[in-house]
Amino acid sequence: MSSTSRPAREFDHMTITISHYLTVSALLFVIGVFGIFLNRKNVIVILMSVELILLAVNLNFVAFSAHLEDLVGQVFALFVLTVAAAEAAIGLAILVVFYRNRGSIAVEDVSMMKG
Amino acid sequence: MAVRLRHRALARWRPGREIGEAIMISGLGAAFFYLFAFVAVGSAFMVIAARNPVHSVLYLILTFFNAAALFLLTGAEFLAMILLVVYVGAVAVLFLFVVMMLDVDFASMKRGALEYAPIGAVVGIILAAELLIVLAGAAFDVEKPAQTALPAPNPVVRHNTAALGDILYTDYIFFFQIAGIVLLVAMIGAIVLTLRPQRAGVKRQNMSQQVARTPETAIDVVDVETGKGI
Repeated sequence: MSSTSRPAREFDHMTITISHYLTVSALLFVIGVFGIFLNRKNVIVILMSVELILLAVNLNFVAFSAHLEDLVGQVFALFVLTVAAAEAAIGLAILVVFYRNRGSIAVEDVSMMKG
Repeated sequence: MAVRLRHRALARWRPGREIGEAIMISGLGAAFFYLFAFVAVGSAFMVIAARNPVHSVLYLILTFFNAAALFLLTGAEFLAMILLVVYVGAVAVLFLFVVMMLDVDFASMKRGALEYAPIGAVVGIILAAELLIVLAGAAFDVEKPAQTALPAPNPVVRHNTAALGDILYTDYIFFFQIAGIVLLVAMIGAIVLTLRPQRAGVKRQNMSQQVARTPETAIDVVDVETGKGI
């Protein structure tokens, strides 16, 4: 039974700890931040970068939930998911309205309020 | 014979505890972790680097798929499925829809994009280095609290979805309701924002007028004499 549950002996030296998950999450987060710098003109890609950042946060929550054997992390990740979905819907709606009014989605054209 | 046990009553489940205290996944799962992690990070980079925003959205979908697989490896099955349904099924498709609907010259937007790339790279590398030194360092160790707030039950007895439902509908019911309100507000907000004002001269359906019709107002009974038209 033990041989069927762990068939691949050559993978046995590999172990994944919470540090691995946090590393992946940190990389996703940094890629999201870098995406905001890199695509300063394109609001759509900026919104996608924000989604990446929120995904990294969710990965952190789930990793800690598994590590601490505590379901609160997963519940909170569910709420983060909800807010991210709402944010995407509102953000894209604003984008569509802005494009309809100005005919462009470039960030530097967003100056109607002279801020 | 269904096993009906409350999550609090269950013994705490300890995955991989026979190998080491902090190990979450080992064996073949670890190899799959590396596969999913590398694909996720690589496709996340392509999201921000792709020239065509449609490709960006498709890479975003690939990232979500791999993140869902990473969720599965930790045992968060419900969240993995929700990630696929909500993100891939709704959010990514919404992005794709908007990208294709807007007639924007994305190529001109990419021009001069590298203007801020150096400062972005500096910020990104510093941030990544700091995070990785802390998180992947040998000294990093998460101390477990003596008492877990809501211990995860043994998935053999109570699977992840049912366990999440147990606490989501009891301890977190108000948060759950507020999440619903947030989604409702977002839905109404998106509709109100994108609803166009009616243009003049466009024939539209007037439902209240249709519903208010009665036989008296709608039908004219005419007595037609033989040999004559109306």
